[in-house]
Parts: sequence; C-alpha cells; structure tokens
Amino acid sequence: MNGMLGEIKYLLLKDLSLELKLKHTLGSIILFAFSTIFICYLGFLNIVDQFTWNALFWIIILFAATNSISRSFTQEGEPRFLYYYFIVRPQSVILAKSIYNSIVTLLIALLSFGLYLTVMGNPVDNIYLFLSAIVLGVIGFSLPMTMVAAIASKAGNNPVMMSILSFPIVIPVIINCIKISKIAIDGLDVSFSFDEIAVLLAIDVIVVILSVILFPYLWKN
Amino acid sequence: MEKLMYKSWWKILTVVLLIYTITAGFLFSVPRKPILNETIRALHFHVPMWWGMIVLLLFSVVYAVKSLRTNDPKYDTFSVEFANVGILFGILGLLTGMLWAKFAWGSMWSNDPKQNASAIGLLIYLAYKVLRSSIGDPMNKARISSVYNIFAFACLVPLLFILPRMTDSLHPGNGGNPGFNIYDLDNELRKVFYIAGLSWIMLGVWIATLNVRVRLIEQKRDEII
Repeated sequence: MNGMLGEIKYLLLKDLSLELKLKHTLGSIILFAFSTIFICYLGFLNIVDQFTWNALFWIIILFAATNSISRSFTQEGEPRFLYYYFIVRPQSVILAKSIYNSIVTLLIALLSFGLYLTVMGNPVDNIYLFLSAIVLGVIGFSLPMTMVAAIASKAGNNPVMMSILSFPIVIPVIINCIKISKIAIDGLDVSFSFDEIAVLLAIDVIVVILSVILFPYLWKN
Repeated sequence: MEKLMYKSWWKILTVVLLIYTITAGFLFSVPRKPILNETIRALHFHVPMWWGMIVLLLFSVVYAVKSLRTNDPKYDTFSVEFANVGILFGILGLLTGMLWAKFAWGSMWSNDPKQNASAIGLLIYLAYKVLRSSIGDPMNKARISSVYNIFAFACLVPLLFILPRMTDSLHPGNGGNPGFNIYDLDNELRKVFYIAGLSWIMLGVWIATLNVRVRLIEQKRDEII
C-alpha cells in the first residue's frame, strides 16, 4: 500500500511537470473555455433567467472537461504506457490520472467561472456554496471521464467516442451540480443541498472503486 | 442460462402466460377512473417493458463480469445479445409510455425523471453498441466493451433508483400521485399485472437466448471453415 502511494505521487509529479513543460496543451483548453464563454456572451448579451445562466455555465464546463480529459491516455503514446506497465501497478496509473485530471479541470473551471462572472453578470447569492458545487462537480466529472478516456483511447481514439461514452454517464453528476448551484444562486441555506452532496459523494465512491477494479482489465493488451 | 436455453418447458409457459396476459389485459374489467379510463390497461404492457429492460441489462452486466473473469468469447455473446434485447425493451417502453402519457399527462414528453432515466439508459447502451462496432479485434472488443458495460451500469444505478426518489415524478405511485394499488380495490389489475411482468421478461430472455444460439452456431461454423 505504501509503495502504491509513492507510485501515485511520482506519476502525479510526472504529469504535472509534463504539463508545465508543454504549456500549450493546458493553454489551449483554457482558451477553448474562454472563447466559448465569449461566444455565449455575444450570443446572449444579458441572461435574465437564472436557470439559463446556471445551465449554460455547467454545459461550458462539461465540454471543456471532455476536451481536456480525452487526451489523458493518448498524449503520451503507446510505448510509454508499455513502460509503465512494467514498473507500476495499474491501480496507481488510474488513480494518479484521476487526481491529475481533477486538479487540471478544477483549474480550468475556476478560471472560466471568473470570466463567466465578469461578462455574464453575477446572480450568485452564496458564492462559497457555488464554489463548493464547482469543486464537487469537477471531481464528479473527472473521475468517470478519466475511466471513459481510458476506454475511448482503446477504441481507435475517436474524439466523438469520448463524448458519447461519457455524457450519459455524467448526467447524474451534472443534474446534481445544477441543483446545488441553483440553491447557491437563490442564497438558500446549505442544508437544502445535503441530499445532492451526499449523492455526488456516493457516485464518486462508486466510480473510484470501479475504476480501481476495472482498469487492470483494460490495461493489459 | 447456458443449459436452460435449450429446454422448452419455460418457453411453453411463456406462450401460455402471454396469451393469458393479452386476453385478460384487454378483456378483464378494470377500475373506471376519471382521465385514465381504459388507458389503465397500459399497466400490463408498458410497465413490464421497463422491468424487462432492467432485468435484461442486469443479465448483460452479469455476463460482462463473467466474460472479463474467464475471457471466454461465449459469455461476451450472451452479454451483447441481452443488451440488444434490453435496448429493444427500452425503446418499446418509451414508445408505449409516450403513447399513454399523451392521454394521461397531455404531452408525449413531460420531463418526468423516470422517462428521462430510461432515455439516458438507452443513450448509454446505444453508445455501448457504437463502442463495440468501432473495435475490430474480437478479444479486445469483448474486454473493452465489458468494462464499459459494467462501469456504465453502475453509473446508471443512482440515476434509476436514487434520483427519481429525490424529485417529484408524474408517474403513478410517485410524488403524491396514487399508484395503481389504490385504484385496484378488487384486485382486478393485480390478477393480470404480475403475470404480465413475468411473461414479458421471459419473452425477452427467450428472444435473447435465441439470438445467442444463432451466434454460437455461426461461431462454430466459422471455426470449422
């Protein structure tokens, strides 16, 4: 177990330093999110309806997350995964990738949220609850999407594949996030969102357990 | 299931039960209620489709697990054929439900959580079919699609069983709407309903096993050639 934590740490550090070295990959996703938000701004100009404001934000985050996570198993190429196959446990690979994707997607989501508030106006009453909805939601997307990215990378690496495989799976997560953030916009008490938060955490637990069990089958070729 | 699919007693039973379901479902007297009237008979034909979808997809997942554990291509055939019939039942369930909803709720689609959940279930399993068709090698196809099958079904569980209970549904029996057991004072519906559920599920299993048998014969033929 101790060895596995060490493996996860090294894989995580490797991914982060790779990201810092190849700045254009992270930059391109952030630019993607920013230009989408700007298109929405120019299209809508001013959103009066809070439901639309909320749903639009989550849809932008969903698409940015899909784009960013879909490259997690394709960027490094087959030979390097063959090398990992010999030196680390498969569970470490999927857990490290899940944590790494959560961090990167969270960064993208928070930056996008800043821009979104600036151009689209700020109807949010309870900003802390909204931010916790973003954190929970992004982790909720990233965990299943990392696993789906691993599946999609084995299936001819078609970008559409990633979307059609992952969207139906993350629908429960996005529905709950929209509910929590609506509570945050209305400024209701946090206790109204406890049910949704519990469901999100339960989904996270299920997804992590399944990823750890199923990824080894996916990995061996 | 591997042995049972060559037996015929349960197929004869299925036919008998289905004949009973269809005649009794259309002819027996039903409670007369405002708005619902005769559409209450949809209970015997729509609800079992939904049960059938869940049961068949569950079989599909069980065989996906077996396929991963043993690497036996036979189990993959079982898994995909059960998923196919599950998709068929899901589509029929949606269509019969929409037909009924047009009369009872006024529109085909009314953002009901159960309607949405079954539509999402269909999206997942259609994506599963696309995933399968995009992989050439049969061994890889079996392995990767089994992983997705198990993963997606587990993610579907909260959608089917937890979320509909957290929001109000228009469906009878949810969100303050009385279920059929309140209308059904003289057990008229119940006499047919449980038999109907059982017989439609058995029909689904029968269709799936027939497809499996055809596929197994084809695989044997390919080996001989």
